Amino acid sequence: MGERLKFAFYWASTCGGCDVAMLDLAERILEVIEIADIVFWPIAMDFKYKDLEAIGGRGIEVAFYNGSVRNSEHEHLAKVLRERSKILIAFGTCACYGGIPGLANISERDEIFRIVYRETPSTVNPQNTLPTTSLKIDDVTLTLPEFFDFVKPLNMVVDVDYYIPGCPPPVELIWQAIEAIRINRLPPRGSVIGPRYTLCEVCKRKRDEKIKIKLIKGIQEGVPDPEICFLDQGYICLGPATRAGCAGEEGGKCLNVNMPCRGCMGPPDEVEDQGARMISALASVMIPEIPPEKLTEMIKDPLGMFYRFTLPSSILNKRMKRSE
Amino acid sequence: MRRSLWHRWRDGLMNDFRPVIIAFTCNWCAFAGADLAGTSRLQYPTNIRIIRLMCSGRVEPEFILKAFKLGADGVLVGGCHPGDCHYIDGNYKAAFKVALVKEVLRPLGIEPERLRLEWISASEGSKFAEVVSSFVGELKGLGPNPMKEFKGGEVGRYG
Repeated sequence: MGERLKFAFYWASTCGGCDVAMLDLAERILEVIEIADIVFWPIAMDFKYKDLEAIGGRGIEVAFYNGSVRNSEHEHLAKVLRERSKILIAFGTCACYGGIPGLANISERDEIFRIVYRETPSTVNPQNTLPTTSLKIDDVTLTLPEFFDFVKPLNMVVDVDYYIPGCPPPVELIWQAIEAIRINRLPPRGSVIGPRYTLCEVCKRKRDEKIKIKLIKGIQEGVPDPEICFLDQGYICLGPATRAGCAGEEGGKCLNVNMPCRGCMGPPDEVEDQGARMISALASVMIPEIPPEKLTEMIKDPLGMFYRFTLPSSILNKRMKRSE
Repeated sequence: MRRSLWHRWRDGLMNDFRPVIIAFTCNWCAFAGADLAGTSRLQYPTNIRIIRLMCSGRVEPEFILKAFKLGADGVLVGGCHPGDCHYIDGNYKAAFKVALVKEVLRPLGIEPERLRLEWISASEGSKFAEVVSSFVGELKGLGPNPMKEFKGGEVGRYG
């Protein structure tokens, strides 16, 4: 083993689950420590931004960026990490596709501020205070990062070398990436670490091609048969439009515990818009006799259902009209 | 009160608004209907750009979303009447897709009325002309695609 590598981790608009996923490597994390020094990891160790900014040139081998870009601080750190690292990895679905925070793209900043700081029943805000980027009190100026109008995935802000999707990223894929870095055998730049195909390819449930769905059910409305395809049973499963790899070669993490796929791995290769593909897949398994209005009635929130994890990277990625 | 010059100028611009409609028509019915409208020399507005597909079931939701992203003011999906599909049930699939895409467009600030599904048979040249005329009228009422005027935030990989 030659020189030790330098790793950096950063979290932006995220829940912290991706950082915990790193720890899910369990005892293998010791092997990571053997090959690499961690130079920046805000959730686990005490580093300041100036420590990171002090690193010159491309001093970091691999930077793992998790979370979507919600404010100017996230954007700044994305740029700082990009400048200083040889490989920048979008780590987790938020960084790759926008993730759950990306659903906020159906509202814009003013609307979010109005609801969060004024209108929710639990808010007490008699002075009508809203976040501002800077405030001068006596001689001191206090600053806050600027909250952007819309959530962006990492690749809209800087160039990204590799993507590890998943909410959180599966341990197998993290390990695959670290192994590849260790032996210096990485796939072509811009690729997603993980299988290229959809979850249905590895799903072990029985699918009867002749079955057409009559009724769409919520998972709370029944107990699905663990042997049969969810779609056949009328539960919406995003497997047809979602990348495999969440549980290695053994089906899917959620499928194995009898829950339909919600699409956290994002679209497979060659697909730009996961939600649109799922709409297409669902339309082809519905029984033709039911009227289309009935279908939209049965699906309570189509945007939230089909674009749960990928709205900011889909074709229409945000609200197009200012709300009145 | 007399309207200002600016207002009159703006109204003039609004009346001059020429919506662009992208139409996805199936080879067997709606496209043949459009063809008939042409050979019968029926008059209808020229705002429509037709893309012929073999079946309306071939219309992927991505086609529709991309048309809106690139600035189309309206999208028309034309297929065979229910029961008449050359491929048995392609038009039902189109109907499901259009219904769901409308629900996706609504929260994204694009009026669902900008997406229209019509059944036009090969013998209904006049219906095709009527559909185009009424759709153009409706889009003039709605105004341009909000995408075009949208300035807030950066847009994604579609520029």
